[in-house]
Amino acid sequence: MTAPSAAPAPSRSSYRPHAVRRAVGARESWVFAALVALCVVMSLASPYFLTVRNLFNILQGMSTIGIMTIGMTMVLVAGGLDLSVGSILAVGAVLTARLMTYAGLNPWLAVVCGLLAGVAFGLVNGLLVTRVGIVPFIATLGTLSMGRGLAFLLAAGPAGTVASNVPMRDPGVTFLGAGYIGVVPMPVIIMVVLAVLAALFLGNTVLGRQIYAVGSNVKAARLSGIAVPRVQLFTYAVTGLLCALAGVISAGLLSTAATNLGQGVELDVIAAAVIGGTSLNGGEGTVHGALFGAAIIAVVRNAFVLLGLPLHFQTMIIGAVILLAVGVDRVRR
Amino acid sequence: MQSPSLVEVRGVEKRFGGVHALRGVDLDVRAGEIHALVGENGAGKSTIINILAGAVRRDTGTILLDGAPVDFHSPADSQAAGIAVIHQELSTLPTLSIAENIWAGRMPSRLGWVDQRSTFDRSASLLEEVGLDAAPWTRVSELATSQQQLVEIAKALSRRARLLIMDEPTASLTEHEVQRLLALVRRLRDGGVSVLYVSHRLAEVFAIADRISVMRDGCTVRTMDRADADPAGVVALMVGRALAARAAATPHALGAPVVELRGLSRHGAVHDVSFAVRRGEIVGMAGLVGAGRSETARLIFGADRADAGEMLIDGQPVALHSPRDALAAGIGMVPEDRKQLALFIDAPVRWNVSMARLPAISPGGIIRHGRERALAEDFVERLRVRTPDTLTPVRHLSGGNQQKTVLARWLAIRPRLLILDEPTHGVDVGAKAEIYALIRSLAAEGIGILLISSELPEVLDLSDRIVVMRGGRVAATLDRAAADERTVMMHATGTA
Repeated sequence: MTAPSAAPAPSRSSYRPHAVRRAVGARESWVFAALVALCVVMSLASPYFLTVRNLFNILQGMSTIGIMTIGMTMVLVAGGLDLSVGSILAVGAVLTARLMTYAGLNPWLAVVCGLLAGVAFGLVNGLLVTRVGIVPFIATLGTLSMGRGLAFLLAAGPAGTVASNVPMRDPGVTFLGAGYIGVVPMPVIIMVVLAVLAALFLGNTVLGRQIYAVGSNVKAARLSGIAVPRVQLFTYAVTGLLCALAGVISAGLLSTAATNLGQGVELDVIAAAVIGGTSLNGGEGTVHGALFGAAIIAVVRNAFVLLGLPLHFQTMIIGAVILLAVGVDRVRR
Repeated sequence: MQSPSLVEVRGVEKRFGGVHALRGVDLDVRAGEIHALVGENGAGKSTIINILAGAVRRDTGTILLDGAPVDFHSPADSQAAGIAVIHQELSTLPTLSIAENIWAGRMPSRLGWVDQRSTFDRSASLLEEVGLDAAPWTRVSELATSQQQLVEIAKALSRRARLLIMDEPTASLTEHEVQRLLALVRRLRDGGVSVLYVSHRLAEVFAIADRISVMRDGCTVRTMDRADADPAGVVALMVGRALAARAAATPHALGAPVVELRGLSRHGAVHDVSFAVRRGEIVGMAGLVGAGRSETARLIFGADRADAGEMLIDGQPVALHSPRDALAAGIGMVPEDRKQLALFIDAPVRWNVSMARLPAISPGGIIRHGRERALAEDFVERLRVRTPDTLTPVRHLSGGNQQKTVLARWLAIRPRLLILDEPTHGVDVGAKAEIYALIRSLAAEGIGILLISSELPEVLDLSDRIVVMRGGRVAATLDRAAADERTVMMHATGTA
């Protein structure tokens, strides 16, 4: 969605129209091509790869990361960064499970509380960045640590050291994580719906446009009458919401909310966004690109399982993919 | 006798994306001559400079150095070949000393240790050569812009540059400094250095050049000896069309005040500033750099907060806390540094034009792409922004067209008051004339204009009234009839 959907103007001068160059040059299409190529290679390498069951396994495996990446893309496009996504996920999951299981709250009300906690967490991140003026890296590094501690606190109480997870057994809520509609896992449906909504939002709303403007030149954005802090705050809040939702989904899949849920996941989320063409300098990036990035990581992971390769290579390969994606892009410019 | 060519450029072309920046440039710079290169913004001067500097690769064509073809892959190649470029934006390192800047990475050394004595002596002799009276260990941040420029020239000489390319070297110099620089350039020429002198200021060009080349639309249209050239003819070659004659005094009537300032102050920058801008009036703000003009503009636009005083819009007191409030009140501002403060450089022209107006034409916050496109195309056409289409990234446009894009953004909100801070900075004769005509027609439509400019003739020519600032205060308010260059400068410098 870096360009509005309207077709380019017919050329008034002797210059050639740019539509073709733009379509071919769009980084997302290269990422998509790489993803397709990877899938073709895998289908040849393993008879188990190209099966409905395996493909949906891959999609299910990437869905929580994918949902978080949607938010991270918005934060990055606005020129920010959120390292605390894994902690928000844990807080959302543990709080929801605790309210439901120990406090006996209506399960759906518990989910709403968990999601609101995610929004609040995101707002704290955003306020630290916009009002206090702490750089995003440091602000969210701090809240990453605090959030993880909060998840422990919610699970075990102030004195407790025993409980490291809270069961979550409501069949309705666990359906979000473990359910299927037909052959399609529920988390995959949620991810796709959210991705479509986010893409429409970024490409077709004033706020979405302003997210790009703020990331591309923050001073110019302010002098163009954009309420910069409000825009930044919005991206962090949405990310908080999506991460808490990813937490509820993860806990639903496992029927339990573990305090170490989502530990270290921020690196996967940032990697997916970056592979998909999002710039850490802000102003550039798309939701579909980020999901292609998440899919590439998921397919690589799946390949190691199917082909029985040693797992330590997996981390190396994913690192190499990040460098390759960004490197190719730098050279291509 | 005609001296041989040092550098010869033949049929060089360059495309950036879909923009055909150079369509065939032929240029030869002879040994020991001052060769002026003139042309409108977007004519391709910067591109050919960057190609000679090794910063940009050409697509086709040849470059000969001493008659032999050369191919610069990097600025280092170009420097090694004896080409030095003094860019408009100086590249000195402010925290280092003059000597460190001159020798950057090539300090005279003995056994791996910097040879302080030799560094000092050689720096001192270079500084003497360029006429800079400062000790070599002085930190560059303590020098004025004109002195930093001399440091860059000394650096070029230390590399034994044979071709010195100077891009708008006098843009930020005072008249006195300009004369000193021109004398230095002549001395360098007499010492055997060739100079490619790129400038918009034709008076300087005619004062200094041995030959003049004119570029237009990515081509060199003519190269001539200075003796065979006259300013009017050069301007005609640059623009390829007749310039509008200088307009007489504003014929239209002035309305009620759009904005009125009463004792506006901001600590350390603006003190007790009062004046008004009426409907259809062009108020010029003159003053030296640092007199508080841009700071006053930022207060009016809500970009900074005032400590004291009040501001009235259409007679009603208002408090603007942000540019957003100013926009809602119908105030637009074209800031002085378009790259830093106005442009979304990688975004399409369309986004850049629509940015401020977008909320108003997007009911419910949903962008109507058709309306946005129509808005952008309308303004691109009205302001004659030269771009293949409105989806071209604004990065690919020339400086003048980028400036028009910023103007379009603010015209799109249909402002009551438009603040223009150095609207023609780094813009060539032709685009300037277009912008002047635009400013006049906007005033005729009833928009109040606050024009900040360091070019006095521009202020005198356009303004109905001139506010002269000095040290953050209003030094004088002059009517058009009472204002001339001498009066304004006396108020600006405090000699009135």
